[in-house]
Amino acid sequence: MNYTFQFAAVLEELPYLLGGAVVTLQIAFASFWGGAVIGLFGALAKVYGGVVARRIAAGYVTLLTNTPALVQIFLLYYALPDAGILLEPMTAVLIGLVLNAGAYLTEILRAGVLSVRRSEIEAAATLGMSQLQIVRYVMLPHIAKTIYAPLSNFFVWLVLGSSLAALFGVEELTGRAINISTANLRSIETFTIVAAIYIVLTVIASASLALVGRWAFRVKAKVF
Amino acid sequence: MHHLEIRNISSSYGKLEVLRDVTLSADKGEVVSLIGPSGSGKSTLLRVLIGLTPPTGGNVYIGGNKVDYNSRKSLKDLRGHMAIVFQQYNLFQNMNVLRNVTIAPVKIKKKPREEAEVRARGLLQKVGMEEKADAYPDELSGGQQQRVAIARALATSPEILLLDEVTSALDPERVKEVLDTIRSLTHEGITLIIVSHEMAFVREVSTRVAMMDQGKIVEVGPPEQIFRSPVESRTRDFVSKILSH
Amino acid sequence: MFERLVTEAPLFFNYHNMVFIGQAMARTLGMTLIGCGVGFVFGMLIAVVRQTTSSLLWPVRLVVISYVEFFRRIPFLVILFIVLFVIEPLMPGTSLFGIATVSVCLLSTAFLSEIIRSGLESVPRAQVETAQILNFNVLQTLMMVVLPQSWRVILPPAAAFIVMFIKDTSLASQLGVIELTFAGKMLINRGFSPILGFGAILVCYFALSYPLSRFAAYLERRLAPS
Ligand SMILES: Nc1ncnc2c1ncn2[C@@H]1O[C@H](COP(=O)(O)OP(=O)(O)OP(=O)(O)O)[C@@H](O)[C@H]1O
Ligand SMILES: [Mg+2]
Repeated sequence: MNYTFQFAAVLEELPYLLGGAVVTLQIAFASFWGGAVIGLFGALAKVYGGVVARRIAAGYVTLLTNTPALVQIFLLYYALPDAGILLEPMTAVLIGLVLNAGAYLTEILRAGVLSVRRSEIEAAATLGMSQLQIVRYVMLPHIAKTIYAPLSNFFVWLVLGSSLAALFGVEELTGRAINISTANLRSIETFTIVAAIYIVLTVIASASLALVGRWAFRVKAKVF
Repeated sequence: MHHLEIRNISSSYGKLEVLRDVTLSADKGEVVSLIGPSGSGKSTLLRVLIGLTPPTGGNVYIGGNKVDYNSRKSLKDLRGHMAIVFQQYNLFQNMNVLRNVTIAPVKIKKKPREEAEVRARGLLQKVGMEEKADAYPDELSGGQQQRVAIARALATSPEILLLDEVTSALDPERVKEVLDTIRSLTHEGITLIIVSHEMAFVREVSTRVAMMDQGKIVEVGPPEQIFRSPVESRTRDFVSKILSH
Repeated sequence: MFERLVTEAPLFFNYHNMVFIGQAMARTLGMTLIGCGVGFVFGMLIAVVRQTTSSLLWPVRLVVISYVEFFRRIPFLVILFIVLFVIEPLMPGTSLFGIATVSVCLLSTAFLSEIIRSGLESVPRAQVETAQILNFNVLQTLMMVVLPQSWRVILPPAAAFIVMFIKDTSLASQLGVIELTFAGKMLINRGFSPILGFGAILVCYFALSYPLSRFAAYLERRLAPS
């Protein structure tokens, strides 16, 4: 074997790849916040809901977390047209990722809600704190401490997981890598550089999330 | 020649000097007790002796042979002669009592299992734990665990045994049973180095007592001297404070 | 749409298709279990190397730490592509299943080593020191003292990780490994409706994943250090 690595050709495409990285981040952000809304309702339903709400939330989490997101999205993308609904690839991917993120975030947020002890709320009430003060000074700090690390790990997981969008032709980071490597036939170099971009991207994401956590919630999150 | 000789040992944790020029010796079969206020370096001295904390200066001799704490072989040799029992017992949680006592003889010293078990049962009987041979550590009281820890240390046939506050994690009722166990060792030719806050016991069993303060040995002497007529004022303060307790 | 399902169903659930799906399921499970099994062994090695303190070993530690930190930050899909493009010219005969399994190994080694490491670190230092004092060597300390006490910390997240990987192997369909997801695509290409094809595949994944995730939750409750 004498394969000569040629990174130069790929590096010329760096701006194009970085553009893909932006799309990757956009997908991750959108899925995260969409999922957070679902997750908040899911967690509240699971903790405070009646029997029906609890069952629905539990069923939703169980079904989504025990099947691959990729196949769920395949189902959306290929089956809905039969029912007369045509989805853009990006839309299908986003719906799929939001629903998935919603399921995982339900579990993470539920752990946060459960971390607040009744006795502490009562203690705060006896101190004469208002409802709002209790939420602000007693509940939120607790919840933030419990969920911050899992949340930032989950965000990193979404950045990596969003690469499946490439399989639907979405031109995010991995999608653009596929485009380049089919054009220049420098697959190893292309994907090595893309791997490096993912590493840099997630390191920056974890590091900034850790800093935000330290600053806003006094959570001692590890950068690595 | 002394059985154990500690010459000018120093040690530190980072920048904190914990032992400064400690010199102490013990003859064969002697019982030397270390007393002194919390943080004076008693535990650290024992950890240095057994090779868990590296000394930054000085030497230790056993039977006249210098211990090289940087050499794995020398450490292995040292630990063949010396054993230690900690305040927190540190029994292996994943093994029952009998296995805790036999593991080193069988797996490390390669003794036949039957022989090791017979001897282990003998040692357990000596510490009053023969009935609990099949129990796991988390099923035992602190005092019981501590007696097993002593049996485990004895199973390696040490010539020198270090005991670090072996009764201070125990309920008052349990203290006596462990002290009785130690007392029974004092006439067996084992050299004992005991760190203890049980002053009555120290006074009774020790051949000599060493008073430590701020990483130094302040005074060494027979128990009568240390407890009745200490030379150093620091010893006097410490002893009177702890006896009036 | 519903009518189409009713007419298709008897054709879909025939013996031939069921065997086909069964084999695909076996491949999904095979990739996951072989990959995670190998990953467990190498992850253990890495975790142990990271426990060493000898200054002679620092280059080795640097290598394994970089490996772990890098590979946990690359999407499985990208790893699959890199492994494919590296192995194909080097070992032309390698099966796609083999390539996908190697990819699983690479990633699971990184993740499992972290899980194992936190297990090893959960064992109190005093237990290790006591073993040293009794003259246990490193291997004896690991096998007789540390590992037996760290399973309770290692097993629950390790089981949860395997559950995650059952799902991630669906990406291997992209290489053309005939695992569950690819099988679903093939069935649809044969003319079955996507609802039926992918629906059946989802049920299969669920059947693999659900018992294991229940088991992971059980381990978590059962082995949680009190
Ligand atoms: N692992 C460690 N890291 C840093 N400093 C330590 C460590 N262990 C002990 N020290 C410090 O070393 C000094 C001596 O501690 P040591 O445990 O030897 O005292 P001691 O005489 O045994 O006290 P006690 O009677 O409380 O057990 C103390 O100042 C202590 O804070
Ligand atoms: Mg101490």
